[in-house]
Amino acid sequence: MKEKLVLIGNGMAGVRALEELFKHNTSGESGSDLYDITVIGSEPHPNYNRIMLSPVLAGEKTINEIILNSTEWYEENNISLITGDAAKEISRVKKVIVTESGDEIPYDRLLIATGSNPFIIPVPGADREGVLGFRDIHDVDVMIDAARNYKKAVVIGGGLLGLEAANGLMKQGMYVTVVHLLDSLMERQLDKPASALLKASLEQRGMKFLMEAQTAEIVGDKRVTGVRFADGSEAEADLVVMAVGIRPNFELAQQSGIYCERGIVVNDTMQTYDPTIYAVGECVQHRNECYGLVAPLFEQAKVAANHLAQVGSTRYIGSMTSTKLKVTGIDLFSAGEFNEEEGDEVLQLQDVSSGVYKKLVLKDNVIKGTVMYGDTMDGTWYFSLMRDKTNIADFRKTILFGQHDLGDAGHGDKTSVMSLPDDAEICGCNGVSKGDIVQAISKNGIFTLEEVQAHTKASSSCGSCTGLVESILASTVGEGYTETPSKKPICKCTDCSHDEVIDAIKDHELKTMPAVREFLEWKTPDGCAACRPALNYYLMARWPEEYQDDAQSRFINERVHGNIQKDGTYSVVPRMFGGLVKPDELRAIADVCDKFDVPEMKVTGGQRIDLFGIKKEDLPAMWKDLTDAGFVSGHAYGKAMRTVKTCAGKTWCRFGTQNSTRLGVKLEELTWGSYMQHKFKLAVSGCPRNCAEATIKDFGVVCVDSGYELHVGGNGGIKVRVTDLLCKVETEEEVLEYCGAFTQKYREEAHYLERTAPWVERVGLSSIKEVVVDNAEERKALYERFKLSQKYAQIDPWKERADGAASHEFTPLKIAG
Amino acid sequence: MSNWTEVVALDDIPQLGSRVVTTDTMKIAVFRTSTDEVFAMKDECPHKQGPLSQGIVHGTSVTCPLHNWKIDLASGEALGPDEGCTNVFPVKIESGMVYISFRIAEAA
Repeated sequence: MKEKLVLIGNGMAGVRALEELFKHNTSGESGSDLYDITVIGSEPHPNYNRIMLSPVLAGEKTINEIILNSTEWYEENNISLITGDAAKEISRVKKVIVTESGDEIPYDRLLIATGSNPFIIPVPGADREGVLGFRDIHDVDVMIDAARNYKKAVVIGGGLLGLEAANGLMKQGMYVTVVHLLDSLMERQLDKPASALLKASLEQRGMKFLMEAQTAEIVGDKRVTGVRFADGSEAEADLVVMAVGIRPNFELAQQSGIYCERGIVVNDTMQTYDPTIYAVGECVQHRNECYGLVAPLFEQAKVAANHLAQVGSTRYIGSMTSTKLKVTGIDLFSAGEFNEEEGDEVLQLQDVSSGVYKKLVLKDNVIKGTVMYGDTMDGTWYFSLMRDKTNIADFRKTILFGQHDLGDAGHGDKTSVMSLPDDAEICGCNGVSKGDIVQAISKNGIFTLEEVQAHTKASSSCGSCTGLVESILASTVGEGYTETPSKKPICKCTDCSHDEVIDAIKDHELKTMPAVREFLEWKTPDGCAACRPALNYYLMARWPEEYQDDAQSRFINERVHGNIQKDGTYSVVPRMFGGLVKPDELRAIADVCDKFDVPEMKVTGGQRIDLFGIKKEDLPAMWKDLTDAGFVSGHAYGKAMRTVKTCAGKTWCRFGTQNSTRLGVKLEELTWGSYMQHKFKLAVSGCPRNCAEATIKDFGVVCVDSGYELHVGGNGGIKVRVTDLLCKVETEEEVLEYCGAFTQKYREEAHYLERTAPWVERVGLSSIKEVVVDNAEERKALYERFKLSQKYAQIDPWKERADGAASHEFTPLKIAG
Repeated sequence: MSNWTEVVALDDIPQLGSRVVTTDTMKIAVFRTSTDEVFAMKDECPHKQGPLSQGIVHGTSVTCPLHNWKIDLASGEALGPDEGCTNVFPVKIESGMVYISFRIAEAA
């Protein structure tokens, strides 16, 4: 028999918890396999997106467009839905809920998500007709109705909600005056300069403001006619919207003897003082914080659901939030502590005539808070730097100019998503326009980047438009946008982040994939296509001597040592060390191409020859011929060391210094065969003219007369990143040692599928220099570990397969019929 | 009436892997899960005809190597928000041998 779970409050947080609970269902049917569920909601609607009330008021969306869960959804998931009837009493002794209409609903577990109420200022006349809060569909209906019959509206409260309400009423044709107690708008989200820019821009649209005005009385007869202030002045009004704040709605819980302070007090697993009763959402007080934004509420919902599903090891540890204002055409972003205190430093960029303002508050080179107005494209970047407590010293000089993730290949120079037309192409890989994304977000009730990727495919291929997509998401759902959670799990199979997995493998000496999955409580028996290759790599990188590579956890290219092409054939690239090649080798390649009917050959950007259109079953035989001619695999298919590119070199070039070509060959002999988190490219240029393009490589060497400059963390491609200078050394031996040490540090610490460029930006060049440059002992240790790992990596996979290894991979089973 | 054809020994398909059966008309991928269940389906992703046999097998689904569509091994249907379906074929295992019926299974 299933237990009875009752949810009081049919709103976003509570229903989200149910959705999360259903994800744990193992029976394959819809709904929950653990509970019979009843939902009690006082509003007469199914669950809708409360954040979207502002666009509804502004006439940009209809009520139907903001319904998140239709009545059918409740039916499909076997939920008994009670609407338009509120819970009146929780009898904890009898474990029964009594509703207003007198129904008694028994429960085994109870989830309270009663949300919050708008705060109505207790002034005389606050109960007159035409005075309301801004909280639910009913309020919006009343406001839209009022706009048809009346002209003048006063909104009390110049915060986020008040300004959205004022904007909506203005769009509905009313003359709107915003009354604010303090001298600057949105003081909790903006500093004074940003607030002034916002006010000017809203005034330009026709909004009026009464600042530092304290409401004393709502005047009128039956219906409101005006607002009187403490200084005796008055403003006319046919409609007064109070948007001065919300109060957690915990009356019901408190009356039932559940411990409450400013909200219902819960622990890290979202349980109240009565362990059979959980609470999530705006009604909750967790670690002394009450949250009013949706992102934290969804995190809470997930934790509560995990617990209810009895798979709970996750805890809610509080959220860091950021804000966006949903007023079309106004770009505004803020997060953290953006008003500096003593000892803080401020970076500021202000361009008054173009209406751009950016401010970062720093303490010890870590971002504490940010406010942005006009150009908010880098808001999500600053937010993640703040959340990760990244030391920004290395790029402090340029941080205000942004991450430059716009202007990448494929998206022109788009700088503001708000002003883009609907048909602007955002994802150049999958042909997804801004309109497609906005529509998917509204239609499917999407809140996260992952969901946008799943539904539209935008930013799911090369990922370069992620910043743009996040911006569209943020501006479409406003503060509802679920920021990348503070801890990003590897995939849906686990709650662990990459770092936690890497650390656990090392600290607890986990040496097999099942051991990792068991120790870290994986939710799936054999992982998925995202986590298996990552785990396989981490284990191999940590335990090169012992770990047995798991072929079935390799992406196909690495499993069959060729690059799969769109027609299912493969391409083959023999290694040519340093890009050098001999006539015999070229002849052998030509012979192979004739023998196997290779339809196309091409010289690659990495100075190799690519043979296309090879049938899978021909691969071992082709490799045998190439191996006999002295070639090894070029690893052009793998998350691995790819190529060392070299320039003409001093043998021939009149500008060359050092023996750069020989060094390139030595570097490739050192590093070939090494698997990495991502592809890894090297280059050696013989002089600062840099013909081998060493400054856009993962590891680049630029020879100069006095030695060798070592450059790291560059790449071409989607987002060109020029390398940072690691250091300068004097001998070839040092180049090899530093290269091995840098490579090994990357191999041991970066996240799977993270190239050196984002890794260097994430951990900071200084932290890499500390070990690789400044600490000779650690550098040597890293180099030794790299060489040890290479002992096991430099076994040519082509020769092994030419000799018959993994032959099942390449042998089709032929059946006539 | 089913027409069973012996295709391969179970042990010759790697766990969480696949083999490809070539017939006169098409290629069929035969998958083996970690619990030794076996499934067969046309070796073409409903999205852009990627060779599903080359994908990573997990649980009872396979992820296409070309664009990461996830296909349910039992029904041939795309999982998640993607929509599409590929043909599946009935399979049985008898004394360590895998048999396929080449009659296309009733569309789900």
